[in-house]
Amino acid sequence: MSEYKMHILVCGGPGCSASKSEQIAANLRSHLQQEGLEKEVNVVLTGCFGFCEAGPIIKIMPDNVFYVKVQPEDAKEIVQEHIIKGRMVERLLYTEPSNGKKTPLDTDTDFYKKQVRIALRNCGIIDPENIEEYIALDGYKALATCLTEYTPEKVIEIVSASGLSGRGGAGFPTGRKWAATAKSKAEQKYIVCNADEGDPGAFMDRSILEGDPHSVLEAMAIAGYAVGADKGLIYIRAEYPLAIHRLQIALDQARDRGLLGKDIFSTGFNFDIELRYGAGAFVCGEATALIHSMEGLRGEPTMKPPRTSDKGYLGMPTNVNNVETYANVPAIILKGADWFSSIGTENSKGTKVFALAGQIKNVGLIEVPMGITLREIIYEIGGGMNGGKKFKAIQTGGPSGGCLTEKHLDIPIDYKSLSDAGSMMGSGGMVIMDESSCMVSIAKFYLDFTVEESCGKCTPCRIGNKRLYELLDKITQGKGTMEDLDNLRNLSHVIKDTSLCGLGQSSPNPVLSTLDNFWDEYVEHVKEHKCRAGVCKALMKYEINPEVCVGCTACARNCPVNAIKGEKKQAHQINQEACIKCGTCMEKCKFGAISIK
Amino acid sequence: MAKVKLDDNKIQKIKDICAAHGNKAGEAINILHEVQNTFGYLPAEVQELIAEQIHVSAAHIYGIVTFYSFFTMLPKGEHPISVCLGTACYVRGSEKILDEFKRQLGINIGETTPDGKFSINCLRCVGACGLAPVALVGDKVYGRITTDQVKDIIAEYQN
Ligand SMILES: Cc1cc2nc3c(=O)[nH]c(=O)nc-3n(C[C@H](O)[C@H](O)[C@H](O)COP(=O)(O)O)c2cc1C
Ligand code: SF4
Ligand code: SF4
Ligand code: FES
Ligand code: FES
Repeated sequence: MSEYKMHILVCGGPGCSASKSEQIAANLRSHLQQEGLEKEVNVVLTGCFGFCEAGPIIKIMPDNVFYVKVQPEDAKEIVQEHIIKGRMVERLLYTEPSNGKKTPLDTDTDFYKKQVRIALRNCGIIDPENIEEYIALDGYKALATCLTEYTPEKVIEIVSASGLSGRGGAGFPTGRKWAATAKSKAEQKYIVCNADEGDPGAFMDRSILEGDPHSVLEAMAIAGYAVGADKGLIYIRAEYPLAIHRLQIALDQARDRGLLGKDIFSTGFNFDIELRYGAGAFVCGEATALIHSMEGLRGEPTMKPPRTSDKGYLGMPTNVNNVETYANVPAIILKGADWFSSIGTENSKGTKVFALAGQIKNVGLIEVPMGITLREIIYEIGGGMNGGKKFKAIQTGGPSGGCLTEKHLDIPIDYKSLSDAGSMMGSGGMVIMDESSCMVSIAKFYLDFTVEESCGKCTPCRIGNKRLYELLDKITQGKGTMEDLDNLRNLSHVIKDTSLCGLGQSSPNPVLSTLDNFWDEYVEHVKEHKCRAGVCKALMKYEINPEVCVGCTACARNCPVNAIKGEKKQAHQINQEACIKCGTCMEKCKFGAISIK
Repeated sequence: MAKVKLDDNKIQKIKDICAAHGNKAGEAINILHEVQNTFGYLPAEVQELIAEQIHVSAAHIYGIVTFYSFFTMLPKGEHPISVCLGTACYVRGSEKILDEFKRQLGINIGETTPDGKFSINCLRCVGACGLAPVALVGDKVYGRITTDQVKDIIAEYQN
């Protein structure tokens, strides 16, 4: 890093890349070159900064100034003004909505202020394709410390004492898991990183791998030393080509420098890592299914015990951890178990990364200390509801989790409090909904996912979820009965109690939690044939109020199926038979004459 | 399904891929990934050839191909359209976007237009949730799409 005077960090995360951040980086480079500054100012494409809503984001170091919503055309001004003249480009600074102030320092913003970054410590800071930058920030120092100063037992002791628990969903204590694999006796053991990230609305693990791949590689080597394994495997979704690319670069660079391979730090410890590709099956995120998939088979779960720590990959003891779990490990080794366990609550230590999404202002990736409330996340970090709409529900835990409401917003979040409230921590999906979401449809959305993803091995999951889906569908069609609501609940419990793996055991959660928290809305669908959110098409009717309609013809011209008739300057009408309920007419009517009945 | 005739070139290429993986049954998924990357899809004939090379039954390979949604037995359009139906996109209305693509192109999910130009698929979260609702045409990501823009997006690829 040293030969450069300045660094321009350009977010290369998925959101910002989609808004041309690579072009921004290219333009910056070419303007720097024109000015003869290419040797002094380095342009780095980093991983996601987290604040995707304000993207594309760039940050200038060491000035520590961050610019938002940058366009490729802005490159020239940034180079001319900021880099050459040392003047901030005011118009690209972030304006804090709460006080209207320009905020050049990202850590001053409401979005970042309450965040604590451990797993994401390097994301948006280093060039993920350059191992030097990772090393410059104490990278591989934790591995060196473990190999040269600690016994494997000591490493496990530190991880146990830190209170780190699995970030992949279940929250199993990581130290205990490592100890179990360490205890198993075998010729060969394996360290596996679960990068299957199946929750369909989450990108935490992807961002860590794209923004800071070495932290995961380093942690896997530490785990290998702790449990006595010399081989690691990363099971990553084929749908993440950039993460795969960066991992491959990281692996090559680590091997080149002798940080992976034989006789690491001349301690006699060998460890290397291979990549294995997932192929789009949610159930393969489950540890036993993942192992079968790595063995080249259909990814069907098997009964536990035997646990993977006894019999895993190729029948050998295997330690499976999630990406985010691993990313915490080097920091714990370097800063100590006490430091880590001082963050969080009584029963959940450290931080959790969430992908904040939905009808909220600041969509993005956040890392917060355990114990923070949902209210703080939504209204401070998240900046409140999008368009000032009213909060309705928050979904955590993805297809295995549940929907919580206003009354849950003040509970300090940790593994236990979220599951007591009827949801779960899950892997980190967090979706905020306003009045425009129909809760029956949301439950149906998740069940649709589960039905598609059930591996089909056990009957309650394969058929039961399908029946749940059909019942929900019937309700959204306005054909449901009160008895169906009872059946939904009963069937949900049967599926939960009798399925083999975590998928089936948790798939009814979205149904149960919406039944509990939004009972009235279900009853409305059944008894009044009404969908208050205006989502269920079968239950709604677009109508033109003849009193308000001025006959501007905007609706008729835009209706994709020509369902609207009427003379110019006279009230129009909708042919309900032809209407496909697309809502275009309502959007187009400037006079508010069209409404949903 | 129409029979696909494999030319010798293709056959050799597939054999090479299998051999590069040691013709090992445990490598089936990696082999399928590579073959799909090369040919775009995995018709029955290709699956049979792979099965033969790595000494497993064709049913075994078929079982894998149908289990994993990433593998496809049908060719995609020249410009494959994928609409994100991840949670974040769903709550921001991606279903409407999907409906509009289907309507404009007159095809369903998993189908290809008769001229072979477009196909429609769904996927779950591409990590650009900040831009929800999101759709991809090939590798290009379109964010914050409105139903109005669907027509323009298709037009970009019409010629
Ligand atoms: C249906 C299902 C899907 C899962 N998907 C994932 C996943 O995508 N990523 C993940 O890390 N763990 C996933 N898990 C949890 C894993 O089984 C396992 O508990 C986890 O990888 C262990 O790592 P951890 O202790 O570090 O969390 C899933 C579990 C189930 C039942
Ligand atoms: S619960 Fe569902 S996903 Fe899990 S093993 Fe049974 S059928 Fe497969
Ligand atoms: S909702 Fe759509 S289809 Fe129905 S009348 Fe309005 S524009 Fe036409
Ligand atoms: S992708 Fe750029 S901030 Fe998230
Ligand atoms: S849910 Fe669509 S990009 Fe994440």
